[in-house]
Amino acid sequence: MQENNMRDIWVGLFVALGIAALTLLSLNVSNLLSLPSGQGYVVMAEFDNIGGLKVRAPIKLSGVVVGRVENISIDPHSFRAVVGMNIESKYTIFPKDSSAAIYTSGLLGEQYIGISPGAEDTVLQSGDRIALTQSAIVLETLISQFLFNKAAEGDKK
Amino acid sequence: MMPPPSAAVQHDQPLIEIKNLSFRRGSRLIFDDISLTIPRGKITGIMGPSGTGKTTLLKLIGGQLRPDSGEIWMDGQNVHALSRSALFALRQRMGMLFQHGALLTDLSVFENVAFPLREHTRLPESMIRDLVLMKLNAVGLRGARDLQTAELSGGMARRVAFARALALDPSLVMFDEPFTGQDPITLGVLVRLIRDLNAALNLTSMVVSHDVAETLSIADHLYVLADARVIASGTPQEIQAETSPWVRQFMQGSADGPVPFQYPAASLQDDFYLSTSLEHSA
Amino acid sequence: MMRPVLNVLAHLGRAVLDALARMGRWFVFMLALFPALPASLLRPRLIVDQLYQVGVLSLQIILVAGTFVGMVLGLQGYSILATYGSAESLGVVVALSLVRELGPVLTALLFAGRAGSALTAELGLMKSTEQLAGMEMMAVDPLKRVVAPRFWAGVMAMPLLAALFSLVGVLGGFAIGVGLLGVDAGSYWSQIQSQVDFREDIVNGIIKSIVFGVVAVWIALYEGYDCLPTAEGVSRATTRTVVNTSLAVLGLDFIMTALMFNV
Repeated sequence: MQENNMRDIWVGLFVALGIAALTLLSLNVSNLLSLPSGQGYVVMAEFDNIGGLKVRAPIKLSGVVVGRVENISIDPHSFRAVVGMNIESKYTIFPKDSSAAIYTSGLLGEQYIGISPGAEDTVLQSGDRIALTQSAIVLETLISQFLFNKAAEGDKK
Repeated sequence: MMPPPSAAVQHDQPLIEIKNLSFRRGSRLIFDDISLTIPRGKITGIMGPSGTGKTTLLKLIGGQLRPDSGEIWMDGQNVHALSRSALFALRQRMGMLFQHGALLTDLSVFENVAFPLREHTRLPESMIRDLVLMKLNAVGLRGARDLQTAELSGGMARRVAFARALALDPSLVMFDEPFTGQDPITLGVLVRLIRDLNAALNLTSMVVSHDVAETLSIADHLYVLADARVIASGTPQEIQAETSPWVRQFMQGSADGPVPFQYPAASLQDDFYLSTSLEHSA
Repeated sequence: MMRPVLNVLAHLGRAVLDALARMGRWFVFMLALFPALPASLLRPRLIVDQLYQVGVLSLQIILVAGTFVGMVLGLQGYSILATYGSAESLGVVVALSLVRELGPVLTALLFAGRAGSALTAELGLMKSTEQLAGMEMMAVDPLKRVVAPRFWAGVMAMPLLAALFSLVGVLGGFAIGVGLLGVDAGSYWSQIQSQVDFREDIVNGIIKSIVFGVVAVWIALYEGYDCLPTAEGVSRATTRTVVNTSLAVLGLDFIMTALMFNV
């Protein structure tokens, strides 16, 4: 019986450790806690070009993640990209005239939406549209523009 | 524990009836249309040389193998026509001792004997303890209850297996080669146990063996199997008085006889090129 | 002249027939085990005993291996990341490779070697000493009494072991990256937290390890149950368990990765 008890203790310990490891991985290692998904409000923003932006890309204010991209679609009339941004409800703080821009973290990193707050007193609500946007910088366009300018300069001389 | 035999079954009827049983393994015929009966309350010996399918016969009776044709009846039930649950219920009334005991190696002696009780009954722990100690006492191993199976000698393992087979108070106990490889003292103990417990517990026992002397000394009735058939049957006296050369060879253990010393082979001349070598020397 | 060709053909034919027969038996075993599974859940005592054999006794190798793998990832990841000047992403590299791939896969491979082979050998031994046949004659179904509890224990133990493997791996990477190579402790964790996704990475990793658990125990139990009841048969079955489990796990890992992380 004694040996049996020791076994039970070991098994109990094993299961407890395993579950603790699972919980730790879920809570501490992943972004489960920092992002309770679904709880938040959705704000839309239209962009000319979203570059490599993907669903679930972070939305940041001053570098702090405040939400995630929920969906990406096309407005059939303006042919522009419409990005639905799910912003956590505790951040109901953005003035109506805030602007959104698509940035790249690092030279080769993933793309995210950065929000710059405006000055108005009323704040963005669910379903609102951000008017002021800045598209993603597409590296290829940048390079071709640069080359084009260089060529133009060369022609002048 | 033992359910009373149904009214239709009379007590002078044999416990087991094997009717026209045939069984083949691959292309080899193990049993060719054999019939035998196991009388109630007696010890029946099944003898024959190794490889005649004596163990197979026990597995057929236990329903672990299916015959190709023929039937096996136990207590008015056709073993191979039963549903799985009915077969399992029937098996609770059979105890089987495998050649090497087949004790569960991860359990102690006590737990091995308690195993069928724990699996098939919901008896309280105290009653299981009493029952197990009674069964162990019957085989003289009450003191060995805490040993692990690895610590047992071959003879002791068989006695524990016997106690385990008795745990559910079966009506039939089948012994597969209980005497093989045992020293004379253990042999004496096993012979006495089988005989005494069969009488005391009103069992029906089947002893499958090729040990002539021991089987003759305990069996009430004997069958001798060879070449997929029953070649002799009767009381020990009748078997010993049997005159057929085959039975004589088996009982006396002679090297040559109807069962030849030489395994069937090409003639000596062909194998050793005797004729040509003789010619050369000549 | 035709003889060698015919011999090769005969070998090939025999191998194919053997493989087919084995798959058939595997399938029959699966069908037979399936109905035995629910009932054995009612006997937690048996499962707990097996959790000890399968889980607790595997802890040592899992924890040691996990730590070392994490430490190696820390070293290698650092040397690669440092050339791109992004050494602070070390945590992400270590955590993602562990949680998505190395945790479930290496745990399954180690499990096959430690617990799977033991299960096969144990069942093979029980078969060769007629313990399984003995149980049947005692009207006890060995699939229910012996095989099913081992199945459950294996399936339960695998995700727990994989989680422990990943966790100690992340800690091992932390020890090397932060303790030895001077990566900032704060950015090690914050990078992990911002980049590792719960649904995408953790849940998929857990699903993987559960699937590997099912496959690994199933192969181990089948090989033990099906083996030739001789010393040689048991040892061959044990080898087959390790080889087949490893192949199955690696193949399945590729398929699942392709399906889960749509690259």
